[in-house]
Amino acid sequence: MAEAAIQLIGINKSFGAVRANRDINLEVERGTIHGIIGENGAGKSTLMSILYGFYQADSGEVHVGGKATSIHTPNDAIAAGIGMVHQHFMLVENFTVIENVILGAEGEPLLNASISKARSELQRLEREYGLEVDPDAIIEELPVGLQQRVEILKALFRGCDILILDEPTGVLTPAEADHLFRILKMLKDEGKTVVLITHKLREIMAITDTVSVMRQGTMVATRKTSETTVEELAELMVGRRVLLRVEKGEAKPAGVKLSVKDLTVKDSRGVVMVDGVSLEVRAGEIVGIAGVAGNGQSELIEAISGIRKAEAGTVLLDGKPIDVTGHADPGELRDRGLAHVPEDRHHVGLVLAFEEAENSVLGYHDKPQYLRGPFLNIEAIHADAREKIEKYDIRPANDRLKTANFSGGNQQKIVLAREIEQDPGVLIVGQPTRGVDVGAIEFIHKRLIAMRDAGKAVLLVSVELDEIRSLSDRILVMFAGRVVGERGPEASEGELGLLMAGVERQEAAE
Amino acid sequence: MFDTIIQLCDATLRVSAPLLLACLAGLYSERAGIFDIGLEGKMLAGAFAGASAAAVSGSAWVGLLVAILAAVALALVHGFASITHRGNQIVSGVAINFIVAGTTIILGQAWFQQGGRTPSLAGAARFEGITLPGAEAVRGVPILGPIYSELLSGHSILVYVAFLMVPLTWWVLFRTRFGLRLRAVGENPAAVDTAGISVTWLRYRAVIITGVLTGMAGAYLSVAQNAGFVKDMTAGKGYIALAALIFAKWKPVPAMFACLLFGFLDAASIRIQGSPVGIVTWLPPLVLLVTALVLLGYAKLKMLPVILGSLAAGVVAYLLAVVLQPYGPPPVRVPVQLINALPFILTVILLAGFIGKAIPPRAGGVPYVKER
Repeated sequence: MAEAAIQLIGINKSFGAVRANRDINLEVERGTIHGIIGENGAGKSTLMSILYGFYQADSGEVHVGGKATSIHTPNDAIAAGIGMVHQHFMLVENFTVIENVILGAEGEPLLNASISKARSELQRLEREYGLEVDPDAIIEELPVGLQQRVEILKALFRGCDILILDEPTGVLTPAEADHLFRILKMLKDEGKTVVLITHKLREIMAITDTVSVMRQGTMVATRKTSETTVEELAELMVGRRVLLRVEKGEAKPAGVKLSVKDLTVKDSRGVVMVDGVSLEVRAGEIVGIAGVAGNGQSELIEAISGIRKAEAGTVLLDGKPIDVTGHADPGELRDRGLAHVPEDRHHVGLVLAFEEAENSVLGYHDKPQYLRGPFLNIEAIHADAREKIEKYDIRPANDRLKTANFSGGNQQKIVLAREIEQDPGVLIVGQPTRGVDVGAIEFIHKRLIAMRDAGKAVLLVSVELDEIRSLSDRILVMFAGRVVGERGPEASEGELGLLMAGVERQEAAE
Repeated sequence: MFDTIIQLCDATLRVSAPLLLACLAGLYSERAGIFDIGLEGKMLAGAFAGASAAAVSGSAWVGLLVAILAAVALALVHGFASITHRGNQIVSGVAINFIVAGTTIILGQAWFQQGGRTPSLAGAARFEGITLPGAEAVRGVPILGPIYSELLSGHSILVYVAFLMVPLTWWVLFRTRFGLRLRAVGENPAAVDTAGISVTWLRYRAVIITGVLTGMAGAYLSVAQNAGFVKDMTAGKGYIALAALIFAKWKPVPAMFACLLFGFLDAASIRIQGSPVGIVTWLPPLVLLVTALVLLGYAKLKMLPVILGSLAAGVVAYLLAVVLQPYGPPPVRVPVQLINALPFILTVILLAGFIGKAIPPRAGGVPYVKER
């Protein structure tokens, strides 16, 4: 067996009463890509943060390159040759690329000297790994894919042998993710060790050599990727069998519930993001909008749900217009039976500092069932919240807990429970399972299908193509603000991918 | 008229110097992500400690040193509250202002029994003006002579230090490793932390620099500009310095221009205090100011054309006023309060749209806590 690059022995870590890591043992072989997979909150990120010196383990040993190494600060980790690309980038947004790369590793007290040294080093890394990026570009003006590349360059610039990536593809388009994987393979060929943390099974199967599965703070299994299957990994992650494909019957579309005609929406910079989009959603069907993030899907559903003002166009809800170009009032739309599960649950969907129960009625809190005279009926709200917790299996089952303390998947269930339980005629859902673990995804998908079967109109936006394909009865593809094609659910991934990339229909057919 | 302008500019330099020191002090702290509303308090403490030490020791330099120590001590209190204990930076700053406002009077009375004042300073106990080499020799040269000997020469050492701090600060911020890290920690401390640099130590160094500079500003007020400490002698200069800092978008060179502008208003208010002023006196500065605002706001020009353009407009207005004087309106009595309020009014107007959005350092005011 080849030499171990990293060995973790008996790592324990608790945050208060929560045991994030229990007795973790892990061995990562040198020169391989090692995947660590698990649901949200399984303790993957905590484990890697311990390895990077961001947190201290309560007990346990870390061996790097065969030697016991004590890592107390990120500095120790860097010195031991460990680099990390965090899920949320650790970049100074208004600095240039090169300033970010040298930060903390300047070497000289004066910047001119260190910048010119770094410049030639960056050129070398660019040649060796194809990591092209303009060293003088400002970070916030770069797309996320390039920002991530800067993070990788930061680690390589510090001479790392072991690169840890925490959920690297969460923010990337499929093409950017493919590029990232090519880079990771190149790093592996150069003898570097890569640790990839993710909750996406497909990535694990596509790129890793070995995979370790974590569940509820423990390491449950390590497998050679070539000797395992998606189904086995999913079962190990969740602890039971999961349906990766939702089972659903034929759709029985009825009358048009939501009709959008020639809708044009600009974003805050004045750029046209939605360019004359028309679509219809009927009762009893799920219409999925596929597209690479940033092609207008977000602005489209924001305009329909009254959060963003549209430039032009008409939207009819049950045949009656919504004043999308004027003062559409989300509260009034809610009363008219249009519910919206926003893409960004942290900023738009929830008040994280509120109790679970408060969030579970937010926006509907002026309905008579939650009021007693002019005051909130606290008992009724809590009873209602407990009912939803039960029905949606929200964990922990504590309606008085601060919403920020729930995991991403459970926060999403709080929003879904709130919107679905009001029994709306039309449900607009943005990224229903972003950052949500496998078990919760299955549940959320089933709820959406149930909505459809109950004769509701569902408009679904997601960047996860699998999700769109398995849920939708009709798929619209958006590119550069326009709907560039409509397909049935049987459309292949490749066909949709070409549409999403902006390849015209005729070319796609050829 | 030329003499008046020279005198006014001379006074502007003198009153701008403490503003500038305080403003740069705030710049270091806020660039590192620690908001400091306590500039006023630290300056006042510096003024009191400086004047007391100078009175007791008879040396202005001892006064300066003690002023710096006092202000640094308060800066460390602010740092302890807001960096180590992640307290609210505004509350901590305001608390320091209040404590100092009261303590200086009580201690002053207890130590010197002069109603909160410190004894009058004279001779070596005070920073005197420095005559630059050749100042006397060139005095007779037209135009340039008075500019050198009256305007540039004859200030106390701290005035020169204040203005030299501008290029120095620029160099430190944008050309040194320390400056890069300082700016980074004010924008995204997590990036600094994961790069293996201590956020805490970096921020402490920033607030210590703030202490040193506010101490110098305070010492200037009581040991150089005036001959002793008088209660509340900072009179809001710390807040004006903060306004100037926002105005200058946290950049050193614009900070100097902002302080000069506010200093000019202050100097002008002293000159016109009480006496009615004719159109020749009030029209040119008014036109100058309005032109500067319009050029900054609508034409979005750089600093240099703005300054030249508004000066030119001022000269034209002056000529116009001279012509109009015989027919013009009678002299008016400008309320001093209005002039004193101008820096704040200006800041509000400018921030409300003339200079665009002033974006503070992104991590400003937020204590750094590792995730979770």
